[in-house]
Amino acid sequence: MKLNKTIIVLAISAVFLSACSDTDETDAGLTDGSLNANSGINDASTTGLNKGYGMNDSAMNGNGDYASTLGPEFNDPNNPLSKRTIYFMLDSSEVMPDFVTVISAHSQYLIANPSQHITLEGNADERGSREYNIALGELRAKSVASMMKARGVSEGQLNVVSYGEEKPAVLGNNEAAWEKNRRVEVAYQPR
Amino acid sequence: MSFFNKVLFLVAFSLSVTNSHAALTIEISEGISSALPIAVAPFASAGAPVNISAIVNADLERCGYFKMMAEPAMPSKPNTAAAVNFNEWQAASQNYLVIGQLADSGGGQYNVQFQLFDVYKSGQLLGYRMNSSAADLRKTAHHISDLIFEKLTGKKGVFSGRIAYITTTNLGSKKQSQQLQIADADGFNPQTIASSVEPLMSPSWSPDGKKMAYVSFERKSAAVYVQTLATGERVRVAEFPGINGAPAWSPDGTRLALTLSKDGSPDIFILNLSTRSLTKLTKSFAIDTEPSWSPDGNSLVFTSDRGGKPQIYIVPSQGGDEKRLTFSGSYNARASFSPDGKNLVMVHGNGNDYRIAIMDMSNKSINVLTSGHSDESPSFAPNGSMILYASQKGGTGFLSAVSIDGKIQQKLVFNSGEVREPSWGP
Repeated sequence: MKLNKTIIVLAISAVFLSACSDTDETDAGLTDGSLNANSGINDASTTGLNKGYGMNDSAMNGNGDYASTLGPEFNDPNNPLSKRTIYFMLDSSEVMPDFVTVISAHSQYLIANPSQHITLEGNADERGSREYNIALGELRAKSVASMMKARGVSEGQLNVVSYGEEKPAVLGNNEAAWEKNRRVEVAYQPR
Repeated sequence: MSFFNKVLFLVAFSLSVTNSHAALTIEISEGISSALPIAVAPFASAGAPVNISAIVNADLERCGYFKMMAEPAMPSKPNTAAAVNFNEWQAASQNYLVIGQLADSGGGQYNVQFQLFDVYKSGQLLGYRMNSSAADLRKTAHHISDLIFEKLTGKKGVFSGRIAYITTTNLGSKKQSQQLQIADADGFNPQTIASSVEPLMSPSWSPDGKKMAYVSFERKSAAVYVQTLATGERVRVAEFPGINGAPAWSPDGTRLALTLSKDGSPDIFILNLSTRSLTKLTKSFAIDTEPSWSPDGNSLVFTSDRGGKPQIYIVPSQGGDEKRLTFSGSYNARASFSPDGKNLVMVHGNGNDYRIAIMDMSNKSINVLTSGHSDESPSFAPNGSMILYASQKGGTGFLSAVSIDGKIQQKLVFNSGEVREPSWGP
């Protein structure tokens, strides 16, 4: 479907002849070219643009809270294995002392269960630019990964991904929400 | 070998032609005091399905340069030059008058003509007649707006352009999903080109407007895709371990700058799209990300925290000295060049506020243009006059546009869901 557009400079009555001939030429040339280009783009993109991608298949669904099925220790609030989120200060990837026990507990579990894999999902709060936050989330996840490796976890058990600010745990534009979003989630993968 | 794995997408359903509902409503929140008074008299419509004069009126109104005359205040509604009485438009204090009419040429085709008059000189400035299919009438209206805008301001109009952005539905719930959409510059004709329950990010237009590069987490980790808009064909161009992000086309369209963390810290790489060769451009141990090319292709700006906080740096595209450009403010990120290369626009953070700022490359002075708390993702209009960006209020993300002098502000209100990461197409 070629939407052919043509342009004709209106030949208007003598009253308006003050807009003299060279103006008409310029206008006609300019407009002709850009309109042809327009209709070309329109033909092509409209067809293609209606064919979007749907990627909502099962591979994209989360694995839920798989860790809670691993054993009672993962659900016991007094056991550090029940804690699977490590929080961070603003623009920092340094693990705070409070979370060392949690990281050590998961490390011990992984050493004892070498076929178990985890993904460390780094996240950031919404402030600042999105791609920089992807980098910040990765630094946080890598900080946790290096602590686990230092404790003897095999590198092959650890996968790192950063979602930056794209997957907030809590919605909101205040510090209460932001501090819950600056985090690394320890996601146990189904064996 | 999954690198450059080609995925073909076939046409599965028929084309829907008249999908032209608005996804966005654009409100002008601030204009300039010297706005030019102009009247767009209602065109004789010949029963056409699209109200051309209303679209032209809305285009000219939201750009901020014009003060539009309301229809009820018009002394008359001429459709032909012969019916124009300049005295009455002078008496109504109008500088310019637009008239027009449509004729039904049969077969779903219309002949559209319009004329722009200088009211005080009692003369015609522009006059065109063009054929348009019914489906194309909106585009024709935007084209008329572009012609009028250029004639009266000397700058190229951007009403015929397109914008890309990402919307989120069911934000924060388990059903959250992202759509990468393309719409006309006035928010009409929104079309989803990619959709995923996992994050989609960083849409980047190819310089010819025919392709879109973006980041998708659809395979549970980041990958960069290049999608041809016309055919829907898609190529996965980068899926290395770690970050695959921030794609930016070189001005000649042959290369993509990317952020990859496959070697450890995130660095800027250049991917040659035809040879598939990958060149590492920056090698710091800090975060280097968000590359953007200068219009001449000779250099790139990028964000780095090598000095402790994120700041903007510049590097020759062939590699070489990496120089810091920003020294004002504790946070400067996501810079990109104006089309003439004279300015950089960026996210500028001070304390808890992240705003859009423009930097003059000649003297490095920074001018903050916006007043939000969380403004991000600035993108220049192709004519360099406006900057589109993402903003937030009350937890809702929306798009705004600001003129490069900060004097004209527009708010683009999205009808449902959150909208972010706008990118103005070429």
